[in-house]
Amino acid sequence: MNVLMLGWELPPHNSGGLGVACYHMSKALAKKGAKIDFVVPYEAEHPNINFMKIHSATSLSPLERYGLGAYDSKTVIDKSLSKADVKDLKDMRGVQKRYVKFIEHLVTMVEPDVIHVHDWLTMEAGIRAKEVAGVPLVVHVHATEFDRCASDAGNPLVHEIEYQGLIMADRIIAVSGITKTIIVEKYGIPADKIEVVHNAIDDSELDNGYKYDSSTYKYLEALKAEGHTIVSTVTRFTIQKGLVHFVNAAAKALSKYDKLAFLMAGDGEQRDELIKLSAELGIADKMFFTGFVRGKQWRDAYSVADIFVMSSVSEPFGLTALEAAYHENAIILTKQSGVGEVLSSVFKYDFWDEDVLADRIVGIATSEALKKSLQEDVKKEYNRISWQDVAVSCMKIYGNMSKGLIG
Amino acid sequence: MNKKRGIVLYLHAHQPFRVRKYSVFDIANNHDYFNEQDWDTDRNNEKVLRKVVEKSYNPMNALLEKLLNKYPDFRVSLSITGVLIEQLEMWAPETLEHFKRLVKTGRVEIVAETYYHSLAFFYSRKEFERQVEAHKNKIREVFGVETKVFRNTELSYNNELAKWADDYGFKGIIAEGWDPILEWRSPNFVYKPVNTENISLLLKNYRLSDDVAFRFGDKGWSQWPLDADTYTNWINSSIYGEQVVNLFMDYETFGEHQWADTGIFDFYESFVGKWLAQSDNTFYTISEAIDTFESVGEIDMPNTVTWADTERDLTAWLGNRMQQEALRYIYSLEDDILMTKDLDLISDWRKLQISDHVYYMCTKWFNDGDVHAYFSPYKSPYDAFLYYLNAVRDVRWRLHNDHHAGGLNG
Repeated sequence: MNVLMLGWELPPHNSGGLGVACYHMSKALAKKGAKIDFVVPYEAEHPNINFMKIHSATSLSPLERYGLGAYDSKTVIDKSLSKADVKDLKDMRGVQKRYVKFIEHLVTMVEPDVIHVHDWLTMEAGIRAKEVAGVPLVVHVHATEFDRCASDAGNPLVHEIEYQGLIMADRIIAVSGITKTIIVEKYGIPADKIEVVHNAIDDSELDNGYKYDSSTYKYLEALKAEGHTIVSTVTRFTIQKGLVHFVNAAAKALSKYDKLAFLMAGDGEQRDELIKLSAELGIADKMFFTGFVRGKQWRDAYSVADIFVMSSVSEPFGLTALEAAYHENAIILTKQSGVGEVLSSVFKYDFWDEDVLADRIVGIATSEALKKSLQEDVKKEYNRISWQDVAVSCMKIYGNMSKGLIG
Repeated sequence: MNKKRGIVLYLHAHQPFRVRKYSVFDIANNHDYFNEQDWDTDRNNEKVLRKVVEKSYNPMNALLEKLLNKYPDFRVSLSITGVLIEQLEMWAPETLEHFKRLVKTGRVEIVAETYYHSLAFFYSRKEFERQVEAHKNKIREVFGVETKVFRNTELSYNNELAKWADDYGFKGIIAEGWDPILEWRSPNFVYKPVNTENISLLLKNYRLSDDVAFRFGDKGWSQWPLDADTYTNWINSSIYGEQVVNLFMDYETFGEHQWADTGIFDFYESFVGKWLAQSDNTFYTISEAIDTFESVGEIDMPNTVTWADTERDLTAWLGNRMQQEALRYIYSLEDDILMTKDLDLISDWRKLQISDHVYYMCTKWFNDGDVHAYFSPYKSPYDAFLYYLNAVRDVRWRLHNDHHAGGLNG
């Protein structure tokens, strides 16, 4: 099975979960015998990837993949880009157009059996590849514009591209039932064209000799020793993540039970607003803002926590909840988070329901038995979720399509 | 006896210990809050001190010395915070020696204040008194003089403070000469605070002070460039038939707020000469002015007035919830901290009371989009707040870990 995968990023050049998901999915598919040509919009080394062939659609660096912007002429000379190139690649639309041109050419060389695209950024290229090669198109939806904006607003151009991609797809893969519902309800796509394949987690990546270092969050450890419960979230501080409700709920929880501390790991445009809100609620010294965390500080943020909260207003999947499960956190997540479809030993609440979130936090913090049960049970559940299953589902979809069993 | 009319020149010198980029990961691991390693940032206290020494303290001390030598009638009053003296001792001892030479002339008065340039008066009267005492002791030790006149941080003042200073035994206190308080009266007299016995009050003539402190180098100002003749004329017309003109400003006005290339040093030298060229003119220290003139009336300031901003209040320090929280946290530790008798810990706790820390958390200009008015070594008031809060947590940790006192309250 020859698969032409059209993506936007792969580790280590990823800015978020999309690159991680593409990497693990491709790796698992390759193990199942798929021959994969993976296209990214930039040129860079991918030292840990030898199970597939990576193609670069432009000579831009990974950081320039959303467009060159107002770069000075020196950059241009260094890159030996022609004047026409610089003009074309100034913004993301330019990069996307170049990506389409590259695919038109590539698709005649690699002769795929199926084209598999990830999210709106490469949907246009997927549509064109399908036209040129005459093979089926799978559109994999990790997030829609409705999720990213946490509302019905959003960029109309992006909505239009998503709509075209979903119409032209022979099969659609949604990362959760929540995402499938959005595709059906917001874009009017027939439900039977859409398959739900939940993301997974690769614990061999997490098991790589990691040892928790209790000095990273030494003060939080000292608080724990004093009987405090640590509640964490590891996320981008954007409107999609529902963090204003989270901070309000923290204040409500603290008014009932004050041996709590909240670890806010991450960064984003909402940070200042959240700090201000914490101060206004009089709980600033209960909130620990770390800034952007990576490596040890990122892993240890899970390890130090007792409770992990995913407060998203709209979360197509939510890989961090699986990471938290791996680190034996008790998990509270919104009903609007897709990962809730694969985890049962968790508390679920509606993202706006601050009272319920506060109540669950206090409930777990004041009952050792409840906390331990949640922590141990979710760990068992997460063990059952694997990228191999994702690969099996994808291979089945590819196979059905090539046999003409497409919707 | 015909008393000469005089200028009371009062200069305030202060540099804070700024908190470094102190993250969640530093808490309980590193206790060096004031030790920014990055030399390229204004959070680096040594770097800033050396810069201000070079641009302001050294050239202004040289000018003051020259004026004292040249004019027997020249006088100046100075306040130097304890935390600035500490920094001079570490990084510019020769500059501190220069200050001492000025004081030795007997014509430079040192004014009392809180050692830590804090807002303790509004949070803990006991801690406030300890800091005033600490400053008095430091001035006695370094300069060999007794302070007799008091100023509070940011020239914050109210009736209660005046009453306190009177009871404490100060002969004078200074404040802003703010129009809504003075109404029809002139700031150019010696006054007495209401409900006090022995203390006198001098009020800043803010128009003539700010002409130099804020406007001197402003090319957009209608009076720019200001020359010494014009300024002398303004003072002459202001003081006509009155006693004193109180010119109060930051010491750093000279060379730091107004750079040398504005001509500020030459201007001031020339102005002092022109003022003293008139035989009925002189300079007074604050104490001399109080000794020379009787109070002409009582001043009632029930609400706190400062020399800051157009509002003349403390909103730049206490205006938002981050600032209020920060101060609430730090002052709530008082009893536990003092009980430890751990001098390093007590000193760090007091350095965290320096008013500049909460000033950097001020959002009143930041949120207006007028970020140019935000003078701060931090990226934003929110960053300032986070680093500070983490330092407070570390103080709590030391209290808890080293002394088994206090609580790790989040």
